[in-house]
Amino acid sequence: MKAKVYVNLKPGVLDPQGKAIQHSVELLGFTGIVDVRQGKYFEIALDGSLNENEARDSIARMASEVLSNPIIEDYRVEIEA
Amino acid sequence: MKFGVIVFPGSNCDHDAYHVISKHVGQPVDFVWHRDTDLSSYDAVIIPGGFSYGDYLRAGALARFSPVMTSVKRFAESGRLVLGICNGFQILCEAGLLPGALIRNRDLHFICEHVFVRVENSNTPFTNELEQGSVLRLPIAHAEGNYVCDEDTLKMLKEEKRIIFRYCNEAGEVTDDANPNGSRDNIAGICNRGRNVLGLMPHPERACEDLLGSSDGRDIFRSLAATLAAA
Repeated sequence: MKAKVYVNLKPGVLDPQGKAIQHSVELLGFTGIVDVRQGKYFEIALDGSLNENEARDSIARMASEVLSNPIIEDYRVEIEA
Repeated sequence: MKFGVIVFPGSNCDHDAYHVISKHVGQPVDFVWHRDTDLSSYDAVIIPGGFSYGDYLRAGALARFSPVMTSVKRFAESGRLVLGICNGFQILCEAGLLPGALIRNRDLHFICEHVFVRVENSNTPFTNELEQGSVLRLPIAHAEGNYVCDEDTLKMLKEEKRIIFRYCNEAGEVTDDANPNGSRDNIAGICNRGRNVLGLMPHPERACEDLLGSSDGRDIFRSLAATLAAA
């Protein structure tokens, strides 16, 4: 079983790295881009001792307490069997 | 009075803080390794600058799980003095001892230069030897010093006079041009409600000798010592 956690800056929190990336890719000729937001992605391998719901709760707690800073970031958890 | 300087793996301003306390404040000071948990012999602790845990995950995010931080929380709750400088400020925010967060500088650069900050509140244990509204010249050295918080927090900080330092120009005017990193409301340093925990991005411990370009930081440590001496 595997957990995937996506962490992104909350809407409204300035993302200067995303802005720099957007600027660079536009310089390279990529068009049609409105905004780039950079986030973090975690893959967490699980040993299967928790069922899917338990794993989701556990990883969500980890995401809110450690992997993200709730003041500036949101997170999303996916569990893969 | 006795000071403790907390040392995490990756702290790199611990010796500067130690030097200032022993040489300029003239008081006993120990290094406290992050695995130690006994702070009972100290009257004030300093969480120094650096790159604790290599800034992995987020600046200050992993240091807050070090064993010593549970003791630092209790230490702060007991009303004793905690000063967090640069990475120390980031750690105090991550640990929830101060509100808000410090994110990547507005222009993405690691900024290493002297800046001016204005003393917004001289009625704290860290600033009582300073004059309200006076301007200090202090160095900054950070990539994540851009202070962010929500509207309600900013309102609370203002109402409770907990914004202690703001970036300004040489004349003491708080302007966007004088804001090096994009910090909300030019905030360079804040304290907790009890006024015994202060976090700031500039490095007063690197500005205590004229030879280093400024000795304006000395008054912050003199304030600390005066507060403890009067206690």
